[in-house]
Amino acid sequence: MAQDLNRGRTGLPGGKPKYSIFSLARNAASYHQDWQRAWRAPDPKKEYDVVIVGGGGHGLATAYYLASVHGLTNIAVVEKGWLGGGNTGRNTTIIRSNYMWDESAAIYDHALKLWEGLSQDLNFNLMFSQRGVLTIAHSWGELREMSRRVHAIRLNGIDSDVLSPEEIKKKVPLINIDPSIRYPVMGGFLQKRGGTARHDAVAWGYARAADDLGVDIIQNCEVTGMIRKGGAIAGLETTRGTIKAKKVGVVVAGHCSVLGEMADIRLPIASRPLQALVSEPIKPELDTVIMSNAVHMYISQSDKGEMVLGAGVDKYNSYAQRGSFPVPEHMIAAAVELFPILSRLRMLRHWGGIVDTCPDASPIISKTDVQGLYFNCGWGTGGFKATPGSGHVFADLIANDRPNKIAAPYALDRFQTGLLIDEHGAAGVAH
Amino acid sequence: MLNITCPFCGEREELEFSCGGEAHIVRPLAENSITDAEFADYLFLRDNPKGVFLERWRHASGCRRWFNMVRDTVSHEIIEIYPMGAMPKSKQGLAAYKASWRRHTAAEAAAKPQKKGK
Repeated sequence: MAQDLNRGRTGLPGGKPKYSIFSLARNAASYHQDWQRAWRAPDPKKEYDVVIVGGGGHGLATAYYLASVHGLTNIAVVEKGWLGGGNTGRNTTIIRSNYMWDESAAIYDHALKLWEGLSQDLNFNLMFSQRGVLTIAHSWGELREMSRRVHAIRLNGIDSDVLSPEEIKKKVPLINIDPSIRYPVMGGFLQKRGGTARHDAVAWGYARAADDLGVDIIQNCEVTGMIRKGGAIAGLETTRGTIKAKKVGVVVAGHCSVLGEMADIRLPIASRPLQALVSEPIKPELDTVIMSNAVHMYISQSDKGEMVLGAGVDKYNSYAQRGSFPVPEHMIAAAVELFPILSRLRMLRHWGGIVDTCPDASPIISKTDVQGLYFNCGWGTGGFKATPGSGHVFADLIANDRPNKIAAPYALDRFQTGLLIDEHGAAGVAH
Repeated sequence: MLNITCPFCGEREELEFSCGGEAHIVRPLAENSITDAEFADYLFLRDNPKGVFLERWRHASGCRRWFNMVRDTVSHEIIEIYPMGAMPKSKQGLAAYKASWRRHTAAEAAAKPQKKGK
């Protein structure tokens, strides 16, 4: 299997002072009371070269790569809440790159290669675990379609293997492969390089490394307006005053239409709730991520021992960060049939996040009609896995004012030319 | 969960309904006279307001008929339910209808029947 081990850019600066076993021992001696701040809490300056709107994983990654790869240092990240408090802290932390279309394979595998070296790059333990992502098929038709997809994925050099029900049972002893159940396990496909990472750590690691390179991270600072001069962006109105900016990159989830409206930019986006939940923690039982497209559920076990389950999107637009009960109920029914032991577990927490869905289920990484204003949004239900790749190519777009080869297909004008990247359920679960 | 009053069947649970997204989008009849970008306004671009939203719903597991709804996307409050092809009667609904950027698009202008003469 072709595996390109070149991780893109490694050995980037940022992420000091170093965390190590020695600093851990030293701080243990003082009862962990003297750990240094991971990042500053600066007041906004009057003017920046680049302001990134949105302090989630994608926004912080963009700021970090602007500083580390492109050498820009007069950068601010403005965040209306706290770092990683939006969808970065609300997703089910699954990472994979087994997408079918060439454009998707390019960006998601770029991200996966960056993930593989990211803990080292940031000197921050992201608890990245390549435990494998297994997608289950429940009918002959689905299995045939899956095999076709596996071949397409492998042609792009991304690892993917079809497994029989017996092989699945051997890998995941908890699963019920009884052929008499409503949606029996007919087979599946596995991406061994897929897995999970600690979502909060991704935001914190990028924030710390970006801050080390001089990026101002400004929390509790909501953008209320965009200042334009002669068709170009000039700055932002925020709850912490006016901030002038030569370039603005909008990297938000949930509110990209609201921000677009401020600059008269219309987006083909519908904001919808996506729900997830965790069970009470149990002993290690599940060391693979399992997904099912037909019954729509995905499950993994966190390092704390909680079973992490994710549902589908709700059917209506919402900004409320909560959804309707039938959606997780439907998902739990499917999960209990596949994993009967789950019926004995109690639910610990249940939450929703607002995801921005595009008509073709692919993101928008684009220049806009306003000079110097860039959008990176519309990641729908699957943005977490793309965090490093998204930030890397978006930083490149902002720094050079032109998209690179990976970002180019994701421009907004695809909704005028019709060159859509139709990824609806093309891999993993349906979007 | 939403409790939706179908205008034909009465109040039912959200589970019986499907949501059809933004309401009042009309297909441009004079499609040759508008550009691809203007046609994209009709085909792909969607109103996605934080607040009052006009949307279409269908009683998919019931009478299978369509109707319009005025709903708040933050509180999830259903403000008004009204028939397809009609205008909202509530103050919020009418204001949201008029305020939408779509009312000023070439696509919507091209959807109106062509006037003869002049």
